[in-house]
Amino acid sequence: MSAPFSDPALAALRHRIAAIEGGHGPPLAVLPFGVSELDCRLTKGGLALGCLHEVAGGGNGAVDGAAAACFAAGIAARLPGQVLWCVTQADLFAPGVEQSGLSPDRVIHVEAGDDTAVLACMEEGLRHGGLAAVVADVARLSMTASRRLHLAAKSTGTTGIALRRWRHHAEAADFGQPTAAMTRWRVSAIPSAPLPVQGVGRARWLVELLRARAGESFDIELEACDGTGHLGLPADVAGGSAATAGRLAFG
Amino acid sequence: MLAGRLGNRRVLTAVDAGAAGLGVTVGMPVSKAQALVQGLRIEAANPEADQASLERLAFWILQRIAPIVAIDPPDGIVIDSTGADHLHGGEEALLEALTGRLALSGVTARAAVADTWGAAHALARFGGDLHAMPPEALRLPPATVAGLRDMGFATIGDLMAAPRAPLTRRFGPELIRRIDQMFGDAAEPIDALRPPGLIETRRAFAEPIGAAETIARYIGKLVVALCAILDERGLGVRRLDLICHRVDRERQTVRIGLAVPQRDPQRLTRLLCDRIPTIAPGFGIEIMTLTATITEPLAARQTSTLAPEAPDLSGLIDTLAGRVGHRAIYRIAPVASDVPERSVRRIPALSEPTTEGWPDHWPRPTRLFARPEPIETMALLPDQPPVWIAWRGIRRRIKRADGPERIFGEWWTREAERIAVRDYFRVEDDAGERLWIFRAGDGEDAATGSHRWFIHGVFG
Repeated sequence: MSAPFSDPALAALRHRIAAIEGGHGPPLAVLPFGVSELDCRLTKGGLALGCLHEVAGGGNGAVDGAAAACFAAGIAARLPGQVLWCVTQADLFAPGVEQSGLSPDRVIHVEAGDDTAVLACMEEGLRHGGLAAVVADVARLSMTASRRLHLAAKSTGTTGIALRRWRHHAEAADFGQPTAAMTRWRVSAIPSAPLPVQGVGRARWLVELLRARAGESFDIELEACDGTGHLGLPADVAGGSAATAGRLAFG
Repeated sequence: MLAGRLGNRRVLTAVDAGAAGLGVTVGMPVSKAQALVQGLRIEAANPEADQASLERLAFWILQRIAPIVAIDPPDGIVIDSTGADHLHGGEEALLEALTGRLALSGVTARAAVADTWGAAHALARFGGDLHAMPPEALRLPPATVAGLRDMGFATIGDLMAAPRAPLTRRFGPELIRRIDQMFGDAAEPIDALRPPGLIETRRAFAEPIGAAETIARYIGKLVVALCAILDERGLGVRRLDLICHRVDRERQTVRIGLAVPQRDPQRLTRLLCDRIPTIAPGFGIEIMTLTATITEPLAARQTSTLAPEAPDLSGLIDTLAGRVGHRAIYRIAPVASDVPERSVRRIPALSEPTTEGWPDHWPRPTRLFARPEPIETMALLPDQPPVWIAWRGIRRRIKRADGPERIFGEWWTREAERIAVRDYFRVEDDAGERLWIFRAGDGEDAATGSHRWFIHGVFG
C-alpha cells in the first residue's frame, strides 16, 4: 500500500477529493486496531475518528448484534472519555461489555422509544463534543439520516458507530443500501480456536470491511476483543500452527 | 384521637384505627365516646398546624410531581398533572409513584385521577361510580348534606335526576355549582400553591401571544430575569416550571428537570424552547410565569487552564432527558449478586464512578435476554452440556462447551429460591455462535428446579 501514497499525482487527487467532500478543518485522526494485518489495509492505518461508521453482525448476529456490540465496545474502549450508547431495547449486559474493555462507569445508556428517537439522541451526542464515542443500535438508517450523523460527527470530532441491528433476518437486506458512513463492517462469530482440552477458546470473528470511502474492502479472521478492547490475530493465521500456539499458551 | 369544638359541643374530629375498631366514630361527642370506651387518649385538635403541614406536603409534591398543586382543606391536596404526567410515564404510573413515595415517608394516602377537581376529590374519598356516590362527595357544608339526606337524596344520581330550580331555592346556588364542577360543566381553577421565597418571574401580555417564535422570545426574557435573581442568591435551578395562562383560563405547563444545578440562561432557554411544541396556545397566552421549583446552591467554580478538565456532560444529559425522559438515561452499576439479571442496577448518568466491577473469572454474554427463553435439548449426563439444542425452531449441534457454572438461588431474598439452582453452560454451535444456556435445577434433585433448559444470552 506504500506505493500509491508516494505517487504525487495520486496524492494531489486525494487532496482534491477531500476538498470536494468538505474536508476543511483538521485532518482526521485515526485509531489503529493494533493488528498490523488489519491496520495496513485501512486507508490511513486505522479507523478514522470523527466520522460515522457502521457495524452489523452476520447471520444470527444481524438480529442479536452481540459480536457487533463487542466490536463497537472494543473501539469505544480504546478512546478516552465517556461513551453514549443509545438503544431501543435494553438487552446490553454490562458485565459482558466490560469484558470487551468498556467499563460500566464510562457508558451512559439512553433508552429511546423508536429508531427516530435513537437517531436524534445519537446526533445530539455527536454534536455535544464532550464524548469519546456515540454508539446507537439502529435498524433503518437512511442516506439523509446518516449524512446528518456524519456531519455532526465531523463538526466535533466525536466518533459515531451505528450498530445496525434488525428485528428479523429478512430486514437485514437493508444493509446493502448506501449510507454516508465512512466504513461499513460486518462481524460474524465463527468457531473459536481449538483448545487441547475441552472447552470454548477465545472467541473468533470473521471481520469484513464491506465498504470504505477511499479504501478497499477485505475480510480477515480475528480473535475477539480482550479485556482492554484489543483485537488479536489468530496464531494459525499469523503463521505458526494452531496446535503449537495452543501448546505454548496452555503448557 | 383528636377532639375539637363544633359550636358549643366538643366532638371527635379524628379517630385512629384502634379506636374506630371499638366503635368510636368521627363526629361523636367526646362525652359519649368516653362513656363508650374506658381510657381513651384524647388530644386537642390543632387545625392551624394541620393546615401548615398539609401545605408542607403540597410543596413537597409541587417540587417532585407536578407544577400546579394546591391544598384542598381539611385533608386533601389537588394536583393538576397536565404537562407533568409524561415525566412519570403516564397517569397511572404517576399515581403509583405518588402513593408509593408517600407511603415510604409514612403518609397513608388515597389518590385518584379525574378530569375535574370535584370528581377527583370524590373518587379519592368514596370510589366507584360518580352517580352512585353519597351527597357527602360533593364538598358541601354538613348542614346541606343533612338536609339532602332528610329529603331522601341518597346518591348524586338522585340529585341529577331532580329538577334544579327547587333544589337551588331550598339549598342555595352552592349545590348546583358543586355538581357542575364535578362533571366539568363549570370551571374551577386551581389556585396554585406559591410558598414564600419561591423564585418566580412573570410576564403579562397586553395582547395574547400564540406564535412559537413569540413564545420563544418571551421564554428567553423570562429566563434571563430568573437567572439574574438566581445569580444574586448564588443558586442554581434543578427543576423549572413554565406555566402559560391562556385567555380561556386553561393552563399549559412545561416542566424541565436538570441533572445538576444550572443558571446558564442559554442552556435553560434551549431546554424550554425544545418543548414549545407541547404547548397548545389555543386562543392565545396572556400570562407566562417561570418558576424555579427546586433550587440548590451553585457557587462559582475555579477553573484551571493547565489541567484539561473533564467535559461537562450535564447539558447533554438534560437535552436528552427532555427527549426521552429522565429514567431512560442511566449508567449501570454492579450489584453483589450471582444471579445475572440481579447483578446490575441503574444509577443516574452523572453519579460518581463506582470503582468496583464484577468478578471477571467467568465470561459473560454481551446481550442478556429480558427473560430466559425455553429451549429443547438433549443432554447425556446431568453434569454434561447438551449435545444439541433447539432454539426458536432451529436445531444446533453443540461442538464445544464450558461449564457448568452453578449459581445458587438467593435464599435470603425469597423463600422459593431457598434450594433453587441454575447450571450455566457457555456453548458453541457448529456455526461458531456462542450462547449462554442454563438448566433450572442441578440435574438430580427435582426440588432444585424444573430441570428445563433455557437460553439466557448471546456472546459476542
